[in-house]
Amino acid sequence: MKIHEYQGKQLLKKFGVTVPRGIHCTTVEDAVKAAETLGGKVWVVKAQIHAGGRGKGGGVKVATSLEKVREYAGQILGMQLITHQTGPEGQKVRNLLIEEGADIQHEYYVAALTDRATQSVAMMASYEGGMDIEEVAHKTPEKIVKVFINPLVGLTDEQALTLAKGMGMLESSIPQCVDTLKKLYTCYMETDASLAEINPLIHEGDGTVKAIDAKFNFDSNALYRQEEIVAMRDLDEEDADEIEASKFDLAYISLDGNIGCLVNGAGLAMATMDTIKLFGAEPANFLDVGGGATTEKVTEAFKIMLKNTKVKGILVNIFGGIMKCDTIATGVVAAAKEVNLSVPLVVRMKGTNEDLGKKILKDSGLPIISADSMAEAATQIVAAVK
Amino acid sequence: MSILINKNTKIITQGITGKTGQFHTEKCQEYANGKECFVAGVNPKKAGEKIFDIPIYGSVKEAAAETGATVSVIYVPPAGAAAAIWEAVEADLDLAICITEGIPVRDMLMVRNKMKEKEAKGGKKTLLLGPNCPGLITPDEVKIGIMPGHIHKKGRIGVVSRSGTLTYEAVGQLTELGLGQSSAVGIGGDPINGLKHIDVMQMFNDDPDTDAVIMIGEIGGPDEAEAAQWCKANMKKPIVGFIAGVTAPAGKRMGHAGALISGGADTADAKLAIMEECGFKVTRNPSEMAKLLKAML
Repeated sequence: MKIHEYQGKQLLKKFGVTVPRGIHCTTVEDAVKAAETLGGKVWVVKAQIHAGGRGKGGGVKVATSLEKVREYAGQILGMQLITHQTGPEGQKVRNLLIEEGADIQHEYYVAALTDRATQSVAMMASYEGGMDIEEVAHKTPEKIVKVFINPLVGLTDEQALTLAKGMGMLESSIPQCVDTLKKLYTCYMETDASLAEINPLIHEGDGTVKAIDAKFNFDSNALYRQEEIVAMRDLDEEDADEIEASKFDLAYISLDGNIGCLVNGAGLAMATMDTIKLFGAEPANFLDVGGGATTEKVTEAFKIMLKNTKVKGILVNIFGGIMKCDTIATGVVAAAKEVNLSVPLVVRMKGTNEDLGKKILKDSGLPIISADSMAEAATQIVAAVK
Repeated sequence: MSILINKNTKIITQGITGKTGQFHTEKCQEYANGKECFVAGVNPKKAGEKIFDIPIYGSVKEAAAETGATVSVIYVPPAGAAAAIWEAVEADLDLAICITEGIPVRDMLMVRNKMKEKEAKGGKKTLLLGPNCPGLITPDEVKIGIMPGHIHKKGRIGVVSRSGTLTYEAVGQLTELGLGQSSAVGIGGDPINGLKHIDVMQMFNDDPDTDAVIMIGEIGGPDEAEAAQWCKANMKKPIVGFIAGVTAPAGKRMGHAGALISGGADTADAKLAIMEECGFKVTRNPSEMAKLLKAML
């Protein structure tokens, strides 16, 4: 789960990291009021969407008067902000963060994430903040310093110092930087984050170390014990169909192709998508119905897939293990009838009571095409949509 | 022979009284030598009772001491599953198999590091399979987990995969071609887990009754590439490899928490290339995994 920058900064502040003073708002009037409340002569008007690259897309502007705050807030609120992470259609801006200006002397990069290879928390830092870290990692990997933190021990003084020195932090600001890193680590662990990134972390003219941005991802398995984080969820920023699917315990992700697929198991679902591509078409979605492919779940899955008007055919691939093929076939037939299915449907079922399942499909009177293997199913559906 | 488990393995079921635990324990008992293998259950509140004739104990330690069991299978719900793993480790079992899906990553980080700390201090090493896995099976001997038993056939091919249904797919194909399996192992779809591809490949390499292996992976993480490098230097048996997720977009979690492309080296294409370079026969068509393997024997 992701949150907005202003929420990320609230979290950082709660854990003791210094952030600029700022106010979240959703209207132009409130944006101007926020600037007045903050005072000073320089404000930053920042679009709040769940995607990076906002500055380049025109979603972050520095205002030197209240009139400019009004003007920029008006431009940014409601715009379709396009960044390298939003896709070509962009993301509508519904939220703003108005912040006091910062006296940026240098921009650094800091992040914490879980490292699967070492089964530890990796913290990395770089002198090259303010830009795309993947580019830095690719072009100049030596400019990124990393430490691996044993979660039983936590971030040690020595590790924090390695990072602070390694990122080239202003000498006199190193103690505050070490302190900031430790607080970031605590925040990461206590909120069950899977990524916490500050890009940039800066030092100001007076040496103050400050977080100018905050990006967080959280482990969805841990949300049950993170009420405060769950309350920050902004459904407007998420795909409506994916949210709808999750209500029925379906894992759904929409893609660009025209063949809908409904599969049990994440690995088999990906393999089915890959097979469709191999045989010359593109999948319209990833959809894992999980272990219990009941009639209700299959019906909902059909409805969600068919909301996508690009879908010209559906491939169902179920490995009936504990769940029997005849049960699944009954579910598929009922679902196809309920949604008045009008696109070609290919069903590939394998496993327990396979023959019984195929008979149910055949006897249903519906134009369902049966297939024995994934390859055959893909060939059939690709031919049917052409 | 086989890897990790056989018909003489004695097993404790943690979470035996829950709905999932009950359902699958019954199926496991019905399979091959299951009645002899599943010797104990654990639930502190129901110690002294029985379920399917299996005695329930108050703790894993007690269950192990009373029955001589060396393996446990865990169906405990996510919030308590990491603690259940640790209980199995503290009881010095040989192997803990965690089926539970949805355990917080931080809990897994903590328990894995506690396990490593115990080993570093000279304590007994307990292997962990999973979490979020289907378990493992040695056909016609014993099945520990949630896979459908009847699709398997005893034989000499090893199967290892992160995904449950994709493991069944490979097994189903092999059985259809008359090729039986020595053991089929699901290592699970979580980012922080126990046994990895490389560990299972080592075991298959050492198992005199395994002739060849199907290794199935997914997008995300370095595990398949590491296993491939090891195989290049050490593996004496033919391997067919498949990686699911060629069509998966970056930055989207494809069902499994671990199936998420983060860098550039963990895409399906990158992994397939490394596996091929390391001597695997790789395929982009998951329907022909068994067929390819048969051609190599």
